[in-house]
Amino acid sequence: MLGLNTKDTWLLVIVALMTLFAPFLLNPFPANSSLAQFNAGYPDLMQRFVIFGIFAIGFNILFGLTGYLSFGHAAFLGVGSYAAVWMFKLLGYNVVPAIILSVIVGAVFALLIGFISLRRSGIYFSILTLAFAQMSFALAYSVLTPITNGETGLQVYTSDPQYFQRSGAPDIPHFFGLEMRATETLRMGGWSFDINAGYYLCAAVLLVAFYMAIRLFRSPFGMMLRAVKSNQQRLNYTGLNARPYTLAAFVISGMYAGLAGGLMASMDPLAGAERMQWTASGEVVLMTILGGAGTLIGPVLGAGFIKYFENIFSKINDGVLHGWFGFLPDGIENVLVTVVHPFVGKGWHLTLGLLFMLVVIFLPGGLVEGGQRIGKYVFRRRGRKAGGAEAEAARKQPAE
Amino acid sequence: MGILEVKNVNKNFGGLKALSEVNLSVKENSVHAIIGPNGAGKSTLLNCLIGKLIPDTGSVMFDGQSVLGRKPHEINQMGISRVFQTPEIFGDLTVFENVMIPIFAKRDGSFRMHAFESVAHERDIVEEAEAVLADVNMLEKRDLHAASLSRGDKRRLEMAMCLSQKPKLLLLDEPTAGMARADTNNTIDLLNQIKAKRDITMCIIEHDMHVVFSLADRITVLAQGTPLVEDTPDKIKGHPKVQEAYLGEAA
Repeated sequence: MLGLNTKDTWLLVIVALMTLFAPFLLNPFPANSSLAQFNAGYPDLMQRFVIFGIFAIGFNILFGLTGYLSFGHAAFLGVGSYAAVWMFKLLGYNVVPAIILSVIVGAVFALLIGFISLRRSGIYFSILTLAFAQMSFALAYSVLTPITNGETGLQVYTSDPQYFQRSGAPDIPHFFGLEMRATETLRMGGWSFDINAGYYLCAAVLLVAFYMAIRLFRSPFGMMLRAVKSNQQRLNYTGLNARPYTLAAFVISGMYAGLAGGLMASMDPLAGAERMQWTASGEVVLMTILGGAGTLIGPVLGAGFIKYFENIFSKINDGVLHGWFGFLPDGIENVLVTVVHPFVGKGWHLTLGLLFMLVVIFLPGGLVEGGQRIGKYVFRRRGRKAGGAEAEAARKQPAE
Repeated sequence: MGILEVKNVNKNFGGLKALSEVNLSVKENSVHAIIGPNGAGKSTLLNCLIGKLIPDTGSVMFDGQSVLGRKPHEINQMGISRVFQTPEIFGDLTVFENVMIPIFAKRDGSFRMHAFESVAHERDIVEEAEAVLADVNMLEKRDLHAASLSRGDKRRLEMAMCLSQKPKLLLLDEPTAGMARADTNNTIDLLNQIKAKRDITMCIIEHDMHVVFSLADRITVLAQGTPLVEDTPDKIKGHPKVQEAYLGEAA
């Protein structure tokens, strides 16, 4: 279907179903239960899952396929956001032109930075991209204040022209009148589910982005990118020029990053320089490696995993811990709270860091490899049982 | 007029004369070997042929065009394929993909943005790659990772990758260096089969006399950066200058 083989079609269908039912899947606990804080099905967070998923899919096209590790991808995310907010300021609050321009601006920036950075490979390439991203950050923060509004961040003011803003149109980002903020809350028994317009727009974009990534992975172009990673010497002596291939991959991943930035601004019409900082670039590297670099679904899983930690784990404070361990005698309760305290709340980075180390050491292929191992283990056990049954049947047959 | 014409090539590294006044002519559909003791300038000459080094003076013409100053991928697109001393293959890719890539490169040139087509739908290329693999008896290994192949199979695969491009000239850089006798003989057999099956021009740089005498139509002996003699294997075998270069004055 859609030019994909059966396996890839299934993957796309599964991702489509998961994004479609995410508001339900992510809210498994009743709203008033003590576990409700583990619910991740609120609009803000779901939007972030999907937006960072897109960012990581794009990053993976560069890093997973060609092996070029960029440490400056947040720069493209940032310029995408700025471009989108400028469209809101100049044209009006419809998100479509904003998203289109953010992709174009991401591509132009990536072309510029990639053209220079790709003259080197390995660690030198990483450092060059990092340098460019930090320069962009510094520029956005101070020198380019007229364009970026410096540390305040770029936002839409009532005095902005908004030439195409019709009088009846909503005064916040909208998709042809459908407000991004519009949320329908479904209540079923103790459960409540938020159906948010912005999330579903992002999810639709994610599906398109994911579909394009699958096509790219299965294309001759994708094969050449893997060949770049595998043996550039052989590639050159086979008559292929590695430079345009890597540059094209860089620009495509820059477009994905710009798209993610544009969507981010469409959900909340603000753009700040901190989006370009190196920690943001590092985050997408973590997402990709944690999920499984070079796999299709890995980066999306990694993005979801990290964002879940960032938003859910960080909310577990001492009060919550005392609640959990309250049934224990006071002394033990206090000891346990003290032991767990550094790993939750503000210390969620510590837990994430430990998990990241475990994954890199024991599952170099990321969460996807973990899934495959579990799958294989289950399959083998089931296979053995089935094999046993068949063998029994075979033994019986001659007797009949 | 040969397909590859090297004229008056000189190359100095500081004070060292690596190549001086090298002339070489490789005829079409022949196997031309370049032999010589260590330090004779074989590798320097090869690097001049593939664009890695630019000679100080002289010209290297392939098929009527100069190769000097061109990048490796441009030289390949001119019709020269190269086999390395240690097999250079795409280790992370499957054997089948390894063979498809050079066929794509031959058809589409050094870059093409075919990011939305499916490899599986490129019927022509898939069929051609299957034929190439069948030719070297590796069809049953098509889905293996190339890195997992034995050394002999890697050499076979690299050869298949080069031949799949139907090159006008196949350059081989010490294809048996560091090999055990049995592997060396296998490689010689493989090359002889290739030679028998199709019209091909090969240029072999080799240290091992045994390999050269069982393959070459013509041999150039290089010593201290200059060609000593160029002749047929039989004549070279008994040539006093060659014995001198290889075994020293006393012989």
